[in-house]
Amino acid sequence: MTAMFSIKDLVEEEYTLPGNASCPGCAAALSLRIALKVLGPKTILVVPASCISVIQGYYPKTPCRVPVLNVAFASTAAAGSGMVAALDLKGKSDVKVLCWAGDGGTADIGLQALSGAAERNENMIYVCYDNEAYMNTGTQRSGSTPRAAATTTTVTGKPERKKSVPEIMVAHRMPYVATACAAFPLDFAGKLRRAASMPLRGLKYIHLLSPCPPGWRFPAEKTIEVGRLAVMTGFWILYEWVDGRYNLTGPSKGLLDKSKRRPLRDYLSIQGRFGHLTEKDIESLEEEVEEQWKDFARKMSMT
Amino acid sequence: MMQALSKPSEGASGLTGMWRIKRPLLDPEKCNACMLCWLYCPEGTIARRRGGKPSIVYEYCKGCGICSEVCPSKAIRMLRRERGAPDR
Repeated sequence: MTAMFSIKDLVEEEYTLPGNASCPGCAAALSLRIALKVLGPKTILVVPASCISVIQGYYPKTPCRVPVLNVAFASTAAAGSGMVAALDLKGKSDVKVLCWAGDGGTADIGLQALSGAAERNENMIYVCYDNEAYMNTGTQRSGSTPRAAATTTTVTGKPERKKSVPEIMVAHRMPYVATACAAFPLDFAGKLRRAASMPLRGLKYIHLLSPCPPGWRFPAEKTIEVGRLAVMTGFWILYEWVDGRYNLTGPSKGLLDKSKRRPLRDYLSIQGRFGHLTEKDIESLEEEVEEQWKDFARKMSMT
Repeated sequence: MMQALSKPSEGASGLTGMWRIKRPLLDPEKCNACMLCWLYCPEGTIARRRGGKPSIVYEYCKGCGICSEVCPSKAIRMLRRERGAPDR
């Protein structure tokens, strides 16, 4: 179990400075801010094309107070692997490599490099901040966009289901896989701390749901509420996979029982991207959430 | 050799406080210093004073309003500015 992380455990020092290019209410910027507070200044950030490559700025200024390596879309995990090898060669064991890519750069374009790094079990942390579309280029659907969500390339709603990257990572049998949500920063911080302090060398993967005000079409001040609803309705499950076992974490712990979950409509109705849904669509999404939990309960009992 | 190496700086994208439509106003009387606003501010524009109350850095606050939403004691109000009036 992840040790509880409290607000007092977060350092005051800011490693992403204010006045950056993120949109108002950006959950990705919030999560990166929290992540660097947990990992500290001895971290190297590897970032592919993504919103973060915009946020971390254009020459000659950057808000990031840690070294950032900007790489091509497909190569985050490969570049991270190279960075780990270089640090090993130089004997720098106290420097952490943090790969930080979006869902496009993880589930679609960067999947091959990530799978390779997981198979080689490279000693680094990989965070996928999942805003469920290519937000940086204007909300095109990705493999991680949920079914029925409207994007600029799926105007009437995406027909296909969301790809589960954390499950793909579990299949690689590496030391640590977890999901998180930007609306629960302390849960995320606890998981990062656990990943960073594991004595076992290898790839640690965290899949972070990151609500996006312009892309999901909700007002900027609702970012945290939308993220909380994603978890409380059971749409997004917070869990860890470690030592071959699944554990529910944070508020997801109590949600195996369907009656404890908030109605899925509360989550859907707050976002413009689900504004076109009919009653039938909503019911089928509700079934999908239920199916997802049954599947999870099966996996928990099997391990 | 010229190096394309950026240096860390506040305001890497300018005075982002200019983007703001609504301005958060903290009422110190109502604030119980729980620091949730500090935790959730995506921009890091809320300063944490040791033992004291939070304070908002208006130069860079984009006015998203998350602090106002997460405040349990409703100590932060979002004020829309009058057309043409100065922001602060």
